[in-house]
Amino acid sequence: MKRYRDDAEAVRSLVREDCVHRDVYLSPEIFELEMRHLWRNTWIYVGHDSQVPDAGDYYTTELARQPVIMLRDAEGGIRVLMNRCAHKGATLVSAREGHCEGGLLRCPYHGWTYRLDGSIRTIPAKSGYDGTALATSSAAAGIAPVRNVAIHRGFVFARLSEEGPGFHEYFGDALSSIDNMADRSPVGRLEVAGGVLRYLHDSNWKMFVENLNDTMHPMVSHESAAGTSKKLWAGHPEDEPKPMAIEQFLPFVNGYEFFDKMGVRIYDNGHSYTGVRYSIHSAYAAIGDYERIMEASYGEERARRILGEVRHNTVYYPSLTIKGAIQSIRVARPVSHDRTVLESWTFRLVGAPDSLLQRTVLYTRLINAPTSIVGHDDQHNYHAIHEGLATDGNEWVSLHRNHSAAESGGISGDYNGLSEVSMRGQYRAWARFMTLDMPGARS
Amino acid sequence: MSAATPAAVELEQFVYDEARLIDEKRFDEWYDLFADDGRYWMPLTRGQPDGDNHTSLFHEDKLLLKVRIERLKSPRSFSQAQPSWCQHVLQRPTVEDNGATSGRCRVRTPFIYIETQRDAQLVLAGVVTHYLRREGDRLRIELKKVELVNCDAALPSIQLFP
Repeated sequence: MKRYRDDAEAVRSLVREDCVHRDVYLSPEIFELEMRHLWRNTWIYVGHDSQVPDAGDYYTTELARQPVIMLRDAEGGIRVLMNRCAHKGATLVSAREGHCEGGLLRCPYHGWTYRLDGSIRTIPAKSGYDGTALATSSAAAGIAPVRNVAIHRGFVFARLSEEGPGFHEYFGDALSSIDNMADRSPVGRLEVAGGVLRYLHDSNWKMFVENLNDTMHPMVSHESAAGTSKKLWAGHPEDEPKPMAIEQFLPFVNGYEFFDKMGVRIYDNGHSYTGVRYSIHSAYAAIGDYERIMEASYGEERARRILGEVRHNTVYYPSLTIKGAIQSIRVARPVSHDRTVLESWTFRLVGAPDSLLQRTVLYTRLINAPTSIVGHDDQHNYHAIHEGLATDGNEWVSLHRNHSAAESGGISGDYNGLSEVSMRGQYRAWARFMTLDMPGARS
Repeated sequence: MSAATPAAVELEQFVYDEARLIDEKRFDEWYDLFADDGRYWMPLTRGQPDGDNHTSLFHEDKLLLKVRIERLKSPRSFSQAQPSWCQHVLQRPTVEDNGATSGRCRVRTPFIYIETQRDAQLVLAGVVTHYLRREGDRLRIELKKVELVNCDAALPSIQLFP
C-alpha cells in the first residue's frame, strides 16, 4: 500500500505542531521514505578519524542502510566511498576495519583494484574490454564517492544527497557540544578507545533519539535500577566517597525539579541538548590531577569554562547523540521500521589520565549495554510503544508538554528541561527534510 | 595434594551447581558463592585484557551484582513484568589448575545458554572459566569469566546471567 510516496502533503500531515501520527513509527513505507529522503538530505555520522590513523586504514559502516568505507587516503585525507565494486557490485571490503594492502582496494570477486581515491588501478585481462563501451560507462568512474563529507574535531559526517543544507548551516552552534568534548583533552584531541557496544533494539530509531532529551522518564523508567542503587547505598555517610557506579546511577532518580531546572537548548534542524545549567554528570568527583593538567594547558579561566560546561545529551539529528562531559557517543543505525542497532562508542581524552577513560567505559556499560539494567527498561518501553500504538482509538502521540503557540514563529532557544520541545523540534526537521526533495515541497 | 586442594569432582560439581542456582533464580544463594572481591565478567572482545580500560558486557563486582539481584525483586522492574527464564547447558568442565600450588583453581566449561521471555528465545554460546579459591570449608568465586562466541555481535537485551 502506497500512501506517502512522492506526496509531500501526505507526509507533512503526519506532523502537527504538538503531536505526531503513529505512522511515523509504525509504517514500513514511512521508514523506506526516511531512508530515501530524511537520512539522505541530512548530515549523518560516519565515524571518527582516529579510527583510521594511517594511509590505507579503513573502517566500514552503513549510512541509511548503504554500506560505506571510511578510509585514510594517500595524502592523509579522509574519504567516504560506497562499498560497491564498480563492476559487478560486490562490497569491496567486509571486515569491520582493516588496512588496504599496498594502498589498494581489491575486489574479492573478479580482482578489480582501486586506488584509495576510488579510481580504477587495474582490471584483470583488460583486453576483453577492447572495443566495448566500458570506458564511457558508469563503471569506468571507479568506486562511487560520497561527495559531501565534513569533519569537525575528528567527527566525520556525510550527506548522501547531492543537494541539501551545508554542514555548518545544518548543525550551527550545536557543534559546540563536540567542541566541549574535544576541549576536555588537554591537547584538544579525542581518540576512539574502549570498544563499541552494539545493542539490537526491536523498535524504531526515533524512539531512542527522542528519549535522549526526554527528561520526564528517568525517575519513572529507571526507578528499579537507580532506586535500588540508592537504597543499597543508603546509610553511608554523606561525605563518604561513592563508588563510581553508585555515583553514576544515583542521579537517574533525581526529582522533576532537578531535570526541569537543568534546561534544554533547541537548535534548528532537530538538534538540541539538555543540561544547559548542569546535568546528571555535574556532581561526579574530581579525578586525580586532571584539573591541574587542564589548567596547565588552557590557563585557569578557560579550563574552568571547559570543565564547567557539563551538558547532558546532545542530539545531532537524526543519527548521533553525544555526552561530551563523559566522552561517549551513541549512533543510531536503522534496520527497519521496528529494528535499530544502537552503537555506543567511548573516547580517550588524549593527554588526560586513564581514569577518565575508565569512567566512560563504566558508564557506557552500566547504561548503554545490551546487559544494562537501565537499557533493559528503556528498550522495554520503546517496544511497548510499538505494541500500544497498534491499538485503534487514538492514532496520535502527544507532544504537548510546555507547548506554546510562540514556537510556530521559531523554535530555537532555551526552555525548561521537562518540556517536550526537543521532540517538537525534531519533527519540525523531520517534516522538512522528508519532503525537501519530494514533488510539492515547500521552498 | 594437600587436604585443602579440591578434587576434580568437587570443582566440576561446583560449576554445575552454580549454573543451576541461576537457572532456578536462587540469586541470593548465587551471590553468596562470590568471594568479597569476586567478579562476574563478560568481555566485549576476544582476548580482552581487562574490564577497566575497555568496555565489557558485564564486569560486575559484588556491589553491582547486588544491584542487579535486588532490582529483579522490584515490582518496578518493567522489563521483567513478564519474567525472563534461562537455562544453562554445560559441557563437562575441565580442571585446568587444581590450585595445588597456586591456591587458585581454574575450571573451563563450554556452554550453551538460553534466555526466554514471552515468545522470544535468545541462544548464546561460549566458554565460562571459573577462578575459584578455598575459603574455610567452601569454594568461592574470585572470577567468573564468560566469553561469548559472538561477543561483538549486535545483541538484544540479555536480562539474566549467562
